[in-house]
Amino acid sequence: MTDRALSVVRAGALTTVQDRGRPGHAHLGVPRSGALDGPAAALVNRLVGNPPEAAVLETTLTGCAVRPRSTVTVAVGGAPCRVTVDGRPVAWGAPVRVPAGSLLDVGAAMSGVRSYVAVSGGIIVEPVLGSRSTDLLSGLGPPPLTDDAVLPLGRPTELHARVDVAPQPAPPAELVLRVTLGPRDGWFTPDAVTAFTSRAYRVSAASNRIGLRTEGPALERARTGELASEGMVLGAVQVPPDGRPVVFLADHPTTGGYPVIAVVRGADLPAAAQAVPGTPVRFVKVRRRQPT
Amino acid sequence: MRALPVGDDALLVEVASGEEAQALHAELLRRRTEGSLSVGEIVPAARTVLLDGLADPARLAAELTAAEVPSVPARARAVVELPVRYDGPDLADVAAHWGVPAHEVAHIHTNSEFTVAFCGFAPGFGYLTGLPERYDVPRRATPRTAVPAGAVALAGPYTGVYPRSSPGGWQLIGTTDTVLWDHARVPAALLAPGTRVRFVPLGRS
Repeated sequence: MTDRALSVVRAGALTTVQDRGRPGHAHLGVPRSGALDGPAAALVNRLVGNPPEAAVLETTLTGCAVRPRSTVTVAVGGAPCRVTVDGRPVAWGAPVRVPAGSLLDVGAAMSGVRSYVAVSGGIIVEPVLGSRSTDLLSGLGPPPLTDDAVLPLGRPTELHARVDVAPQPAPPAELVLRVTLGPRDGWFTPDAVTAFTSRAYRVSAASNRIGLRTEGPALERARTGELASEGMVLGAVQVPPDGRPVVFLADHPTTGGYPVIAVVRGADLPAAAQAVPGTPVRFVKVRRRQPT
Repeated sequence: MRALPVGDDALLVEVASGEEAQALHAELLRRRTEGSLSVGEIVPAARTVLLDGLADPARLAAELTAAEVPSVPARARAVVELPVRYDGPDLADVAAHWGVPAHEVAHIHTNSEFTVAFCGFAPGFGYLTGLPERYDVPRRATPRTAVPAGAVALAGPYTGVYPRSSPGGWQLIGTTDTVLWDHARVPAALLAPGTRVRFVPLGRS
């Protein structure tokens, strides 16, 4: 058996394998999935010399610990946390050599939600529809990490990282999400649309990879009845019957029957992935971007 | 036809009926195949088609709404046959809704030709249309926590087959052993939007 593998010592609350996901299959009911904080995943890959599409680990709040069977280079980014190798503190946000058999411990997030762990060579679990991402909505891809699981690693490329350290955005103290209204803002009263873009919301503890749930003013509908199922995009702000907006993240369902009041700019979604429960949220209305 | 902008790079095209949505979907696929439409995802649904990953949604919106939706082209596609045992626990309820004896449900269902209008809910779960409107049925008042894989079920105007065990509120009329979704298979989904389907009775109903 190959010695290029990671043994999972502490899986943490929820650690999954993620890459850039499997877009292009929404018409079959397959969510896009992929790292919620894409820029953080791309950065840690770059720090260890991996191509941007290499699969990394995405932790949730409590980190994880793994033991590589061969000497590897790792980088931890995304949510800041304490990182140790055999108990000795090492750098976060920079390439770190982990000798074969040593214990890499990625600590609990000090701020933010999700840390990303890239390992030189990438994690090479069997891809499903071209992606190694765990999809928590439909169950595609590898299951979330469990203690004692073993993850195969690819061969490192000959590329060397061109950066040693790189700035990363701090997790948001206040989450400002730019939105364009529609397609179903007409399903809500004018007062509800105004409340949505002017009142304060908070990130709910019920948030997950499927959606960022919020607490705040319930949005009243202008019309009753059901909307026929329609296609959903990443960043869609769906309003279920309780009136609290839900921002669709990577594992969102491909179709849905609750009206979408607005869509969040893609560039603002990585910050949404790092907003801890209780973080204030503001939805700020912007004009639709014109093609360049 | 209305084309609603969705975010910065998607368009939700809304039409009057499921048939129009299927026709529009077929036309958009044709354009993508011939290279005149560049788009990341084309997602048909009940009365809409979502186009995601467009460079210039406003321009496409103007173009689509200026044109007529063409009629559905004659399909050369083969029919997928799904052998079914009509042994579902809701068969009697469905028969009562339809006002027919229970054994008639299988007869009516197997004498209709279905088309996959769209997929959703789970990978490979198709919403099939084809039953006359008088056979629409409501969802169950209380959803089941686990519907087995292969369950053939009805809700509203649709027939669906559960690709894997999951919670569900549809009326179960039968079971198929055919594998609807296998990610190791190419294609993974047996049923995709536009696929024609016929249910074939197995054994006694």
